[in-house]
Amino acid sequence: MHQTLEAALEINLLHANQDGADRNRAILDEWGIRCLNLMSSPGAGKTVLLEKTLAQLNGEINIAIIEGDMTTELDADRLRQYGVPVIAINTGRSCHLDSKMVAGGLHRLAHEYDPTVFDLAIVENVGNLVCPAEFEVGEHLKVALLSITEGEDKPLKYPLMFQEADCLLLTKMDLAPYLDIDINRIEANVRQMNPDVTILPVSAKTGQGLDAWVMWLRSGVRNRVSI
Amino acid sequence: MHETDMTKALILTVKDWYKAQGDRAKIKKIHLVVGNFTCVEPASLQFAFAVQTRNTFLEGVELAIRETPLIAFCHTCQAEYYPEIGWQYSCPDCHAPMEDIRSGRELKIDRIEYQESPALETVT
Repeated sequence: MHQTLEAALEINLLHANQDGADRNRAILDEWGIRCLNLMSSPGAGKTVLLEKTLAQLNGEINIAIIEGDMTTELDADRLRQYGVPVIAINTGRSCHLDSKMVAGGLHRLAHEYDPTVFDLAIVENVGNLVCPAEFEVGEHLKVALLSITEGEDKPLKYPLMFQEADCLLLTKMDLAPYLDIDINRIEANVRQMNPDVTILPVSAKTGQGLDAWVMWLRSGVRNRVSI
Repeated sequence: MHETDMTKALILTVKDWYKAQGDRAKIKKIHLVVGNFTCVEPASLQFAFAVQTRNTFLEGVELAIRETPLIAFCHTCQAEYYPEIGWQYSCPDCHAPMEDIRSGRELKIDRIEYQESPALETVT
């Protein structure tokens, strides 16, 4: 009988993804681009928020979009109408973007455009409250969306997504009169694990809160200190 | 579904180690540490590992997963506490937010148990 030996590895399972994310961030820094990772469950309103954001900014900030979608380019096509570069990444059966996919997106951006003209890259992640929270893609800031129809308990049930967010947008605020939802309760639940997050109630339909959101974006672009 | 990706990462890492040993190690068991405050479900990881290692050098290798609890440290109370995932994250005594996580975020390959292959031992 052969002796059983042991080798200590102590390697993080996400090590390769994290390395890739750090490389992406270094490339973005070199180009002078700040990068946002936009995450939420499916249907919380990421794409419509981007549409309204692009319309409101009207070219004031040079934005490139990296669009993660499982199989289609439907979202990418919607955003292209605003005259910004949209790099579509089909994730196939994968339920999140990882740093390798985004590296491919950055490569395409640099191939098709002069990347140094952009101020901001917004990565629209695949709609999912679980996996994207574990896979950093090279972003400087994380933005989570929670539509108020989803319920007050979601930050408690999906804590990682909300714990790491720098900004939380409470979307579909125009529906508040029709729902038994306690907005303060959502905020309190989020602050249990993320006391410093910026929380902005918005409605893409009525335009409520979009000014505050755009202001947050502007300061995010200006403040180039790495997080 | 992300357990599939985690498993891929696990297999690649172990493969690197295996190659570094000159393909001589007969791997018996891989020990993982998975925190309760991660997005990884140990049962799904076991399943993905069994499926993805079929017909590879890792077929039949046992995956031992040690789970670690979520433990936070409250700086106001100067004490550790166990947040209740899905329910309550702030300090149960003073209600300060959970800011300092001491355990529960682990997602690592801890160690590998192996035997040296007898056939190659005689060659070298």
